[in-house]
Amino acid sequence: MEYSQFLAMKQEIGLLVLFLVVFIYDIFMPRSAAKALPWVTAGLMTLVTVAGFFPCLLGTAGAVSVFDGMYVNSPILAAIKNILNIGVVIVLIQSVKWANNELMAMRRGEFYELLLVTLFGMYLMISARHFLVFIIGLESASLPLAAMVALDKNRYESHEAAVKYILTAVFSSAVFMMGLSFVYGLSGSLYFGKICEALAGPQCALMIVSLAFVIAGIGFKLSLVPFHLWTADVYQGAPTSVTSYLSVISKGAAAFAFMVILAQAFGCLYEDVWEWMLYAIIILTITVGNLFAIRQRNMKRFLAFSSISQAGYIMLGVIAANVMGTTAMMYYILVYIFSNLAAFGVAGAVENQCGKISIDDYRGMSRSNPRLAFCMMLAMFSLAGIPPFAGFFSKFFIFTAAINQDSIAIYVLVLIALINTIISLFYYLLVVKSMYITPGEPVVGRFKSSAGERIGLIITVAGILLLGVVSPVYNWLENIASSSEFLSLFAR
Amino acid sequence: MEFISDFLNNIEITALWYLIPSLLMFCAGVYGFMTRKNMIAILISLELMLNAVDINFVVFNRFLFPGQLEGMFFTLFAIAIAAAETALAIAIIINIYRSVKNVDVTTLNEMKF
Repeated sequence: MEYSQFLAMKQEIGLLVLFLVVFIYDIFMPRSAAKALPWVTAGLMTLVTVAGFFPCLLGTAGAVSVFDGMYVNSPILAAIKNILNIGVVIVLIQSVKWANNELMAMRRGEFYELLLVTLFGMYLMISARHFLVFIIGLESASLPLAAMVALDKNRYESHEAAVKYILTAVFSSAVFMMGLSFVYGLSGSLYFGKICEALAGPQCALMIVSLAFVIAGIGFKLSLVPFHLWTADVYQGAPTSVTSYLSVISKGAAAFAFMVILAQAFGCLYEDVWEWMLYAIIILTITVGNLFAIRQRNMKRFLAFSSISQAGYIMLGVIAANVMGTTAMMYYILVYIFSNLAAFGVAGAVENQCGKISIDDYRGMSRSNPRLAFCMMLAMFSLAGIPPFAGFFSKFFIFTAAINQDSIAIYVLVLIALINTIISLFYYLLVVKSMYITPGEPVVGRFKSSAGERIGLIITVAGILLLGVVSPVYNWLENIASSSEFLSLFAR
Repeated sequence: MEFISDFLNNIEITALWYLIPSLLMFCAGVYGFMTRKNMIAILISLELMLNAVDINFVVFNRFLFPGQLEGMFFTLFAIAIAAAETALAIAIIINIYRSVKNVDVTTLNEMKF
């Protein structure tokens, strides 16, 4: 074996080094230095993120395929990893206060170690071109997450959420692997490319069943309806920092990996099979997510259902199956990271301060904490897609990409998505109304948020305001996507 | 007796002889996952499902693609992953047991809808 192949996985190796540094720091540093761990991790993660943008450091200049084609790396994959890294940095900064409280003293390091391991698993999911590597990535991304969900040992909800998460996660991976076994029986290989070649012939029922199993398995991870039932409970029960990580990073990585699988391994089944499976799933996901979000009073449950419907919008980029779809999807994930983390940042700050998590408790927050209320308002506007903010542009691009496909069915799909955008506007504005318009004494008193929360909110708000206006970001993604290799595998 | 031993001697074991039991195992696992109330029983059902997958891979490899080992290796990794999943799930179930003193899923109804 040639060991120089490992040099193709620079980002993964960088992340593993970071993991080891955090691990060693956690074990050997004296107790007085333990409180610096969150900042050290966030700082080092920032370094890894910045290095990921430069091909001479951790980034990638051209497409490489190593380990007999099981692992590939290319600029577009490096770009999505960088986008995830940005989100992780924000989550790390926002979680500093939570990680430094008394109850977390014993397991502060565990949070950071588990988080970095899951990120490593997501990297593998994105880069895998063989289902064995993919499964290993998927499991190392989802098992540590269950432990992270259970991290709040003193709260009963945390345990309940963890049980629900681990049982559904194992169930979904069993279903997924069952589908894979059928795929293996049909094609004789687990390489994405070889599966695509073998499935190109006439279709049989087993092929469609196995594809349905695969979509169901990953649908659980992405919490697409009808595989979404764990989402709200897990989001509510998990510690807020873990919830924000789960809702943006895990979802973004799974969405991209989903697209890679559908394009590379099942690309030849696009027009007859999975376009229509995805079609139904998208309509259900967006609609059900929205309708259930309306009746939520708990902020975290509310954001959970909102994130379900956002996942539906992300999937529009997959069904578009063109360069613009991929670009718009990556852009959507980036914008979604900023908007959702801004919302979770405010929710986390309020929860850390006084434990209040209901939307009704946000009443009058514009008077007691005007800046937090303002951040929350921007996040809600961006999630709903109101014009000057980034969320509008991401929705605009993803709808345009889908419409480029030029079929009546897709027009109907985009119309339904648009109607749902208006419904979502209603419930996002409920939060804003509660903060700005509802009369009455503020429930949450004036408080000073910690440095980490403040930095996190500044970054996310800057992202929401700038990403929509600064067009080079989109152009950069489009350049990378148009030169990427895997889109050519779509049947068209 | 004669015809039984005759039958047993001439029988040809094909892939179906393994695939149907593995499918039954998988379905039993799904059924158990949905109907059981005890979390340990649910975990056992999950284990049934994962083992059905392993059998499937090995059988496909052995009967359809005897020249290669991809399915066998996938099975090895799948077994390891299943073990990790079970260990973690049991740890979490023990946590639940410590806080509510039972392992009945119907009691986990603090959060719903």
